[in-house]
Amino acid sequence: MQPVVQVQDLRKVYDLGTQQVVALGSVDLAIEPGEFVAVMGPSGSGKSTFMHIVGLLDEPTAGNYRFEGREVANLSGDERADIRSRRLGFVFQSYNLLPRTTAVENVELPMLYSGVPDKERRRIALEKMKIVGVDHLADNAPNQMSGGQQQRVAIARSLVNNPGLILADEPTGALDTKTSQDVMQLFTRLNEEHGITILLVTHEPDVAAYAKRVITFRDGHVVEDSLRRAQGGSIPHHDKGEAA
Amino acid sequence: MKTVRIALDALLRNRSRSLLTMLGVIIGVAAVIVTVAIGAGARVSVQNQINALGSNLIVVMPGSVTTGGARSGFGSASTLTPDDGMAIAKLPGVAAVSPVVSARSQVVAGANNWQTTVDGVAPTYTFIRTWPMASGTFFSQNDVVSAAKVAVLGQTVVQNLFPDGTSPVGQTVIIKGVPFTIVGTLAAKGQSGMGQDQDDTILIPYTAAQQRLTGQTTYVSNLMISASNAGSINQVQAQVTQLLEQRHRIVPPQQDDFNVRNLADIASAASSTGAIMEFLLAGVAAVSLIVGGIGIMNIMLVSVTERTREIGLRMAVGARARVILRQFLTESVLLATAGGFIGVVLGLLGTQLVAALAKWPMMIPPTWIAFSVLFSAMVGVFFGYYPARKASTLRPIEALRFE
Repeated sequence: MQPVVQVQDLRKVYDLGTQQVVALGSVDLAIEPGEFVAVMGPSGSGKSTFMHIVGLLDEPTAGNYRFEGREVANLSGDERADIRSRRLGFVFQSYNLLPRTTAVENVELPMLYSGVPDKERRRIALEKMKIVGVDHLADNAPNQMSGGQQQRVAIARSLVNNPGLILADEPTGALDTKTSQDVMQLFTRLNEEHGITILLVTHEPDVAAYAKRVITFRDGHVVEDSLRRAQGGSIPHHDKGEAA
Repeated sequence: MKTVRIALDALLRNRSRSLLTMLGVIIGVAAVIVTVAIGAGARVSVQNQINALGSNLIVVMPGSVTTGGARSGFGSASTLTPDDGMAIAKLPGVAAVSPVVSARSQVVAGANNWQTTVDGVAPTYTFIRTWPMASGTFFSQNDVVSAAKVAVLGQTVVQNLFPDGTSPVGQTVIIKGVPFTIVGTLAAKGQSGMGQDQDDTILIPYTAAQQRLTGQTTYVSNLMISASNAGSINQVQAQVTQLLEQRHRIVPPQQDDFNVRNLADIASAASSTGAIMEFLLAGVAAVSLIVGGIGIMNIMLVSVTERTREIGLRMAVGARARVILRQFLTESVLLATAGGFIGVVLGLLGTQLVAALAKWPMMIPPTWIAFSVLFSAMVGVFFGYYPARKASTLRPIEALRFE
């Protein structure tokens, strides 16, 4: 089975005119189907840049990126939008739900752009909301829900097009400890029970601990890449073949 | 269709802002409708007054007389005869001719008396003036030939001579001491464009008027001609001039002893004045529509900034740039068109209100309603494009990070 994400010599340099800032300097990584990967690192380490490139929200300066076997580093804006629509799911720190819009309508949003028929949308949205346990909040607007509930709605939204990869950017950054644990358990369940591949960016070790594999960035480079056993310590991860 | 749904959802989510945005267009379109209605209404009422004078009317007046160097006005001379009228009636393009012999006289019926205009005319007169009967019948050509003492009364005369409401038909009216039998009454025609009461008149055969009122049987006061259609008025006018010059043996440089006039000149002058006014009013209204459009653009620009994160999210979940462009363009077109519709409704209500309060005649040409709505939609496209373009060119990652 080919990797979901495979990057080779991936570089991102921001040209600020007077100086060039290297956000990513030669990253080589592969993420296999079914993996649950946490990307860690201090701010400015390049972890967010990496995730934006993987999520096709940003383009690399140089290097190769194969998503589900397809070279995507130099696709047009529309082609990248189509891949985001059909194969990627996003979860954000600030949920990014549309205000004054019911939960179920928020969950339906990605399907508006992927061409799912009208009648199907509601059914699929409710089905995914049931999986994350917020189907009873279908008619609530975001401001009528707690942060944890909003994030669960956002997770349901990321699932509706059955993506090959879910990208979660600091998904617990705005949540308290207890809620954070609930959300991370949800991610774990989605990964273990539904086989969904997850790439999660965080700077909290507690959160990263839920992942099966932790990649640490510093100054635009991968400095550590390790697999974890259920509750135990980490073991070094070198060969992508060992994953999962 | 889907884009319309998305745009509509977005607009409904911000109802108050949508309404405020529409306000400019609503006021603009309402202003267009009301001003155009006033302008068109004024024009139609002027036209109606002119039409009330008669259909395709041409009037031949006698020329002026010069007495000791002082020239009197047109109509002072006696140059026109009933034979002139008959000759004119044979011209192509002439539908009907009636000689008119005018006099003012005190008239008496029973215990009531009244001073009015007594016009001696031919039976063709009612056709020329497009003047229907209210009761009875008009006198016939036989009555003209026999100079019969028969009369047809205008409504003002009827009211003053028969105030108790009895039917005048069959009764007698005494004109200059001569009893005339009333054979019919004319329908009310109202005031003329010049403010004269057209109903204050009595019509009798022109032969009777010549014999009993003016005392001279050769000449008539004027000739009224009806052209077959409005387009041929100028042609008929030229033919009449030529014919009368022949009949009166006038050779240049001798001046015509008559004067041919038509109401088309007055009508076209009046309607072009109305058109200028209408155009001016519509111009003012169009400016307010454009201001409304700029209002839409401002709000849409603010909206794009305010919804940057929403745009980022939509892009992240798979909306292509063109889809975003279409959504925002659709939003502004929907806003502008809805504003146009509301403006039309308000404009129609406003028109009713002005018509009721100011007692002005109002006319709303349907084309203007269609044009207003179409123009507001165009305002939406024109002023919505820039903000929509701005939204669609946002980079998703920057839009998502926007605080």
